[in-house]
Amino acid sequence: MIRVQREDFDIGRELEALTRGKTGVGGVACFLGLVRDMAGDKAVGAMTLEHYPGMTERELARIEEEANRRWPLAASLIVHRYGRLERGERIVLVATASAHREAAFQACEFLVDYLKTKAPFWKQEETPDGPRWVDAESRDDEAATRWTTD
Amino acid sequence: MKLLYFAWLRTKIGIAEEVLEPPGGVTDVAGLVEWLKSRGPRFADALGNDKLVRVAVNQTYVDGRHPVKPGDEVALFPPVTGG
Repeated sequence: MIRVQREDFDIGRELEALTRGKTGVGGVACFLGLVRDMAGDKAVGAMTLEHYPGMTERELARIEEEANRRWPLAASLIVHRYGRLERGERIVLVATASAHREAAFQACEFLVDYLKTKAPFWKQEETPDGPRWVDAESRDDEAATRWTTD
Repeated sequence: MKLLYFAWLRTKIGIAEEVLEPPGGVTDVAGLVEWLKSRGPRFADALGNDKLVRVAVNQTYVDGRHPVKPGDEVALFPPVTGG
């Protein structure tokens, strides 16, 4: 399941809902992304996440389908927020449930790597020098390419 | 054709979206970007570095050879930074 929303989410409730009634699940892996207080040597007070409504949902759904093709998942979840977020706030939750931990861990990492390079979100940080658009990191592209099979 | 601009491409160009029909000679994404650059210094500046411009046609990533036609939704944006 994917959700793109302005509101915060409750991790406990999300994870419980993910596995409710699925007694074949032996493990859940999750990644929680937060707003950090520093970008390099610059203090960050808050950030605003812009996205492309419509394409965001399509890309996330596509990435989730791919994860389900590659690993035997009982359930998966991506919740990504947009709008203005203060330091320490939750940005994204990715969770994967499977019978065994290997599939859950790997699929979770895959989903995070891919959404960072494909999902159309952009961060603008508030720094003491004014607003600043975050640059894409080449290490994120490299992280995503390790999952390339063809 | 509906054009959408996001993140710093939007702030450099100064608008978030517009509806227009490019000249008949514009048949693919590369041609569209070249034509947009000729529309003024804001466009030329925002779209100046090919490496920093991603294009989606009808909400799917495409490359420069992808065709564009009337009625398409074409989005131009910098490399994504979510997650």
